[in-house]
Amino acid sequence: MNNAQMEILILAILTSLTCTLCGTFLVLRKMAMMSDAISHSILAGIAVAYLYTKNIHSPLLIIGATITGLLTVALVEVLKNTNLVSEDSAIGLIFTALFSIGIIIISKYAHNVHLDTDAVLLGEIAFAPFRRLNIGNIDFGPKAFYIIGSILILNILFISLFYKELKISTFDPALAFALGITPGIVHYGLMGVVSITAIGAFDTVGSILVVALMTVPPLTAYLLTNKLKHMILVSGILGILTGVIGYHVASLLDVSISGSMASVAGLIFAIAFIVKVIGVKPLNF
Amino acid sequence: MYNKALEVNSLTVAYHDNPVLWDINVSVPEGVLMGIVGPNGAGKSTFIKSVLGLIKPVAGSTKIYGKPYKEIRKKVAYVPQRGSVDWDFPTTVLDVVTMGLYGDLGWIKRPGKKEKETALYALDKLGMEQYKNRQISMLSGGQQQRTFLARALVQKADLYLMDEPFQGVDAFTEKIIVNLLKELKREGKTIVAVHHDLETVSEYFDWVMMLNTRCIAFGPCEDIFVGENIKKTYCNQPVYSLVTKNNFKNSYVSEERV
Ligand SMILES: Nc1ncnc2c1ncn2[C@@H]1O[C@H](COP(=O)(O)OP(=O)(O)O)[C@@H](O)[C@H]1O
Ligand SMILES: [Mg+2]
Repeated sequence: MNNAQMEILILAILTSLTCTLCGTFLVLRKMAMMSDAISHSILAGIAVAYLYTKNIHSPLLIIGATITGLLTVALVEVLKNTNLVSEDSAIGLIFTALFSIGIIIISKYAHNVHLDTDAVLLGEIAFAPFRRLNIGNIDFGPKAFYIIGSILILNILFISLFYKELKISTFDPALAFALGITPGIVHYGLMGVVSITAIGAFDTVGSILVVALMTVPPLTAYLLTNKLKHMILVSGILGILTGVIGYHVASLLDVSISGSMASVAGLIFAIAFIVKVIGVKPLNF
Repeated sequence: MYNKALEVNSLTVAYHDNPVLWDINVSVPEGVLMGIVGPNGAGKSTFIKSVLGLIKPVAGSTKIYGKPYKEIRKKVAYVPQRGSVDWDFPTTVLDVVTMGLYGDLGWIKRPGKKEKETALYALDKLGMEQYKNRQISMLSGGQQQRTFLARALVQKADLYLMDEPFQGVDAFTEKIIVNLLKELKREGKTIVAVHHDLETVSEYFDWVMMLNTRCIAFGPCEDIFVGENIKKTYCNQPVYSLVTKNNFKNSYVSEERV
């Protein structure tokens, strides 16, 4: 394994680990679809921020994406509260609208930069080692390490600081409210972290894999565990496994890394599901 | 001294232009054990949620010990309807009970040894200590309800608002809960609980609120809980639903799963 390959592997691991962390709470809140919505609609934020800065690597893009992510969540809520459409239709309406705005802006104004639609859907993890952080003459490794690394730290900080608040407002939002732990604040905090995670991961693995990584390993862990801490831990481990196995399968078969990772995540889920079904059966006899 | 634990003035609540509570006026004196009865969809849960500020009323106000809920939330414990949460959530009995203390802890601070002891004490009181490490989906309906009650107990509140604490519980649990309610009353606490079994209203509670969108009647059971009012409360209900309601209770007795 050469240096670049090693870097891609590490990036794959960091990305999937990061996604599983906030994904755990999305799954428990039955909001898996929201990761889909956010990971697509942030494209509009990225595109608008790009129009403004004309720089694809500007930090303003992250801010734009986060705002769009939160906007998606808020718009879905507004639409749902009108009682005219159900929540999943609201999600469908909002994110397709924002996603298409993003696509239109990109194809009209940004067709000469690498922000093309392929990169949007599948990411470009294989090219990440080419974009390096150089200070003076020293090479500090791929920039993506630092982006995903900070987002991983953000996830860990958020979940460990607000663990109790996340737990109660996910399990029993009414009680959380009655106790003065405003579930709304926790909700938007989580959605903000999900948006930031989605843009970081989006850059490397694309919007489709963001959804897969945020939902499949946590769902697998949900099947296998009985405690929230264990679920987070197991889903993190499964995320790492997905990165490692996905990367090796991709290089073995010479296919897309993100596609391979998504398939591996699905396969692990299928195995866990079968194990669970077989493992539980004897108890029923 | 005659203190009001709960005062509700001209409370009207609607879901999307659909009124579910209409001009409710009640004032519950401190130290009473009050049941709320009424047919399905009468607005019983909505009433409790409005008192807690979980639902914004169209009009009216509620006061607890003379203050708005926000200023006095530490004196109020809430037991939601058992079906309102996902019992498959990956958590244990002890963990759920500890959640009752999250309000006292405030943001960020984690529960420690002291909180664990308080929770264990409450579990013991409800005969649930041996299940403390069990995942909550592995409990029977009665055990789940006792877990919820233990969670309310740790809050050391003065006013307890309970939504159908007897719903779907076994006879053993029902007895434990009745004793707990009486004990809380002896300590001078006020309890407001939604109740669905008309047969036991007078036995379990000393006050009753009869609700069907409007407050039909309100006061001590012996004066209020009479045929006339019962008929009025359940007037738009076919008679058979009254009968099945009572039969329900028996069918729940054998529910103990684990
Ligand atoms: N979130 C909601 N949105 C719309 N309607 C609701 C909602 N919650 C309750 N309702 C309606 O309000 C009425 C009263 O409900 P509820 O307070 O739960 O009654 P009860 O607890 O007495 O059975 C019912 O007709 C119910 O369908
Ligand atoms: Mg109800």
